[in-house]
Amino acid sequence: MLELRNVSIDVEDHKAILKNVDLTIEDGKFVVITGPNGGGKSTLAKVIAGIMTPSKGQILLDGEDITALSVTERARRGITFAFQQPVRFKGLTVRDLLVLAAGEGTGEPGLRALLRDVGLCPKDYIEREINASLSGGEIKRIEIAMALARKTRITLFDEPEAGIDLWSFGNLIEVFGRLRGRREGTVIIISHQERILDIADELVVLAGGELRAKGAKEDILPELLQEGACSFCPEGARKGRDC
Amino acid sequence: MNAITEKLLGLISDFTGSFKGAYNIREDGSCAGRQSSENIVITPKTDKPGIDIHVAPGTAEETVYIPACVTHSDVEDLVYNDFYIGEGADVTIVAGCGVHADGEEAATHNGIHSFMIGKGAKVRYLERHIGIGEGTGKRIINPVTEAHLGEDSYMEMDTTQIEGVDSTDRRTSATLAARAHLVIREKLMTHGSQAAATDFVVNLSGEDCSADVVSRSVAKGTSRQVFRSQLSGNTRCSGHSECDAIIMDRASVSAIPELTANHLDAALIHEAAIGKIAGEQLIKLMTLGLSEQEAERKIIEGFLK
Repeated sequence: MLELRNVSIDVEDHKAILKNVDLTIEDGKFVVITGPNGGGKSTLAKVIAGIMTPSKGQILLDGEDITALSVTERARRGITFAFQQPVRFKGLTVRDLLVLAAGEGTGEPGLRALLRDVGLCPKDYIEREINASLSGGEIKRIEIAMALARKTRITLFDEPEAGIDLWSFGNLIEVFGRLRGRREGTVIIISHQERILDIADELVVLAGGELRAKGAKEDILPELLQEGACSFCPEGARKGRDC
Repeated sequence: MNAITEKLLGLISDFTGSFKGAYNIREDGSCAGRQSSENIVITPKTDKPGIDIHVAPGTAEETVYIPACVTHSDVEDLVYNDFYIGEGADVTIVAGCGVHADGEEAATHNGIHSFMIGKGAKVRYLERHIGIGEGTGKRIINPVTEAHLGEDSYMEMDTTQIEGVDSTDRRTSATLAARAHLVIREKLMTHGSQAAATDFVVNLSGEDCSADVVSRSVAKGTSRQVFRSQLSGNTRCSGHSECDAIIMDRASVSAIPELTANHLDAALIHEAAIGKIAGEQLIKLMTLGLSEQEAERKIIEGFLK
């Protein structure tokens, strides 16, 4: 179980990006965190992965306080993070990173299956360098394949749909649908996409750095999708905008 | 051949006890083994140290090995190796140099290689440089490569110096005839107080010839690197040079490109990027479970692969 207790992040001018966030995510759940841009979603994911350190509060994994643990230590405890904007490496190939993610013992069929799962032809991609020659959509799929390869107990995806073209989006939904069906670990996705929200067990709404709502998809989604104002978002309520 | 030469040969040319085909092994300025093949004839020079290597026209996919080793301090080796590649030949040349310093004096190798590449010939030139030994004397390698590419010929030069060489001054020049194509890939790593200078001069003189020169380097410690490239487009041609460097600690890297177009249809481009390892690259690999040091090693290993 992953717990965030009273987690806050202040930036230099004392403006809070996250304000006293309390959040518990049970094992095996498929959770989607949504909310308006700038609401703190990506920051929350980075706090869980250890990339950002909270100004106050605690993060617990199965009761162990992991707040002070590094990115590496958290990764080794089973937390995986797929970046919204994947990193490019001159010289390192798709194979190099998939082997790092999946483990040295992973055979060729296993590596190729990871690429096929995200809709990439292994023959065309496995030896490609992860450099500027890959399009945004291609590198995004490789990032997702790497996260899936780790098969960890908690996998965080930061806006996996960003950069994916309309034609490939259905394939992405299938990937997450299969992931949800396998129930091999907890999946936390930051997303704005209705079709991703629709396959969640639970939805978390974050706006203005605060946790606005958390609950079963059936309870939260109808409110999010209603025309006009959304009561979870004070900005939306005031200006008549969707979250 | 002595044990140090055997060790150096293993490092620079994957030597496992013998070479297949034509070879010439140079050890401390002398010949430690030589063999010609039916198509590749190696003969010693009579006017200066070194050898002539004649590759017969039409030779198909043969390899010739010409490693040079300096096995102890207080040796300053100078050698001239001239290659004559016949028309339409297809050959791989495995060169490379290893220097071993065991005392206070320097161990130095100066290898001067020239290539006359015939019409339509294809040459793959692999050059690996390494320095080893516990001595305090400097390990110095100064290679000079001069290539003349005939019409429709192709030369690929893959040159690597990853460790142990305290000082190097690497000079490469090439002149290309019509439709010739030159590819250079340099990989370089310096550490401690080492110094490396690289100088490429390419004259694109034949119509529709092209050159692609790419250097990737890592500078650690207080080491210094200077990369210079001069591309001259004298006719309708295309040339690309690129210097990509990772800088660490208190090292220093200079990239000095020079492009000269002497013709309206000369298309020349240079790219240079020098910087430290991006923090986000380290973090990405750390999210896969690598420590910061492991991530750094992996990034450098990939960059210089």
